[in-house]
Amino acid sequence: MVGLVLLLVGSAAALDYVHRPDVAGAAPGWFWGAVVGLWLFAWLVTARFAAAAPPVAFGRRAVDLIVPVLFGAFLIFLWEVVTVGAGVPSVLMPAPSAIGARIAQAVPTLRDDFVQTVLRAVIPGWICGSAAGFLIAILCDRVPFLARGLIPIGNFVSALPMIGIAPIMVMWFGFDWPSKVAVVVIMTFFPALVNTVAGLQAAGRLELDLMRSYGAGYLQTLLKLRLPAAMPFVFNGLKINSTLALIGAIVAEFFGTPVVGMGFRISTEVGRMSLDMVWAEIAVAAVTGSLFYGLLALAERAVTFWHPSYRRR
Amino acid sequence: MTTEALAGPDPDASRAKARPAARAPGSTVPVLTVVLLILAGWYVACLPMNAGLPAMPTEGTLLARYQAAWSLERPVLPSPHQIALELRTSTCGRLDEERPLLEAFFACEIRWTPRNLLFHAWTTLSSTLLGFLLGAVLGTGLAVLIVHVRSLEKSLLPWIIASQTVPILAVAPIVIVVLGSLGVTGLVPKSIISAYLCFFPVTIGMVKGLTSPAVIDLDLMRTYNASTAQTFWKLRWPASLPFLFASLKVAVAISLVGAIVGELPTGAQAGLGARLLTGSYYGQTVQIWAALFAAAVLAALAVGTVGLAERLTMRAMGGRP
Repeated sequence: MVGLVLLLVGSAAALDYVHRPDVAGAAPGWFWGAVVGLWLFAWLVTARFAAAAPPVAFGRRAVDLIVPVLFGAFLIFLWEVVTVGAGVPSVLMPAPSAIGARIAQAVPTLRDDFVQTVLRAVIPGWICGSAAGFLIAILCDRVPFLARGLIPIGNFVSALPMIGIAPIMVMWFGFDWPSKVAVVVIMTFFPALVNTVAGLQAAGRLELDLMRSYGAGYLQTLLKLRLPAAMPFVFNGLKINSTLALIGAIVAEFFGTPVVGMGFRISTEVGRMSLDMVWAEIAVAAVTGSLFYGLLALAERAVTFWHPSYRRR
Repeated sequence: MTTEALAGPDPDASRAKARPAARAPGSTVPVLTVVLLILAGWYVACLPMNAGLPAMPTEGTLLARYQAAWSLERPVLPSPHQIALELRTSTCGRLDEERPLLEAFFACEIRWTPRNLLFHAWTTLSSTLLGFLLGAVLGTGLAVLIVHVRSLEKSLLPWIIASQTVPILAVAPIVIVVLGSLGVTGLVPKSIISAYLCFFPVTIGMVKGLTSPAVIDLDLMRTYNASTAQTFWKLRWPASLPFLFASLKVAVAISLVGAIVGELPTGAQAGLGARLLTGSYYGQTVQIWAALFAAAVLAALAVGTVGLAERLTMRAMGGRP
């Protein structure tokens, strides 16, 4: 705890020092030595924290949370100190403070891009693609011939660079969001299909026999046993798709878009060398992606609470 | 696709795959049927998809209109044989009209110019392979560190996982531009994007693989008084190989995506991504489709090669085929 406080004070002092107008860009040698020392000290503190095993469950969870947060915060601190202290030109690598200022300043633009890319393209595409994959998987389950034909193709297609279809979709559906939705749907369809089909085979022999002995029909077995048993696999597919959908929409915007959208902003601002705006977009994308993933993880925990991986150790 | 490796090669899943269900003797016929159905649907769809084009005749018999739809110069949806012909033309040169079709088809003359699709495919493949190599080494190294240094597992691993919820491909233009302004262009920036994309599945898979030996095996190593290095080389490393190969298959496919996307933002002159981009600028539909198929073939070849390496390694280690 004392180490943590010392670390915070030291970091704050370093930040303060490096932002002085006469120091920024030309930090003296001893300062870099101090930063390296601070880094080693931070390492020590993190190691102590990681090794600590508080007796209470709450404490353990707190440690699991504090250590990565500390690590990430220190990385950002190092980034700030190095870019400001060494005067790295913002064309190469803008400081986090500059990016933060840019985010605060460009909120309307960021919001428009967010609406265009995430709300209009990513989420509808993700829902349609995943739902289509899920439904076709159930159809495959009903018609084994279709499953035997589609699953090898699905496995094959998931390994292909599906992003390449973006220019074709732009040609078919125009520059606006429908083409992005189409790209996302095609990219997310096969992971959902393959994972759901794998999940539908996950129900145990014993449970299936039990359902038979109850005289349950196909539909009852599906709804009461096999779909719940498939949920961990389905959620795995949904999580994979959440990343794919964001990537698909952003890359599809590289191939043509109206003058709004995260991918459009990134490609144009890179061309104009204003990297702080690009990093601002990436920060928005990162937060969106993490939130998306976190919500899915929460939903997964709520739906598959019975799964062994959530059992208390 | 990147989070796929999070699940890792689940022992249950690999057992399910080993069961003959996935490769039942009747699997070829259904696959062929589905492929034929897709092809038939494709040919049928050519007319409605292309109907709006000015080059299409509005009258005439259905057959005549279909024939027109299948041989348009710049179709909305090209027919499969047009793509096949374009692939052949862009790799081996134009078909000789004078000679009979079969003979002309095999008279292949490859000119190594920027017009040749093989040239572009090789450009992409070389940066893919370099990136894959970098990513695999980095990923394995990180996994070894994470398994052996406890504080790294707690501090680094959550961030590696969190970094994947970020659309990393959005960072690709920055990497290209920053390295370009430092004077590094060509192969290396694309490889760095590939490596950045594909190190993650390798790290996650290897962490899982290196920690896969059972406690009883580790205890046995302890009773032998084995050092950490000995435990690593004699127990952990061999035990992790199935996980490594499973991750490498995912990684090589992703690194191809990385290389292709790395060619987009700067308007690169060579590579499949550049081919896609110029095709979309000039409305060369057939060229886009040909580049897409070339990319698919590359991906299949790369994944197949890793699979072959896996089988050879497993056989050399005395595993069951």
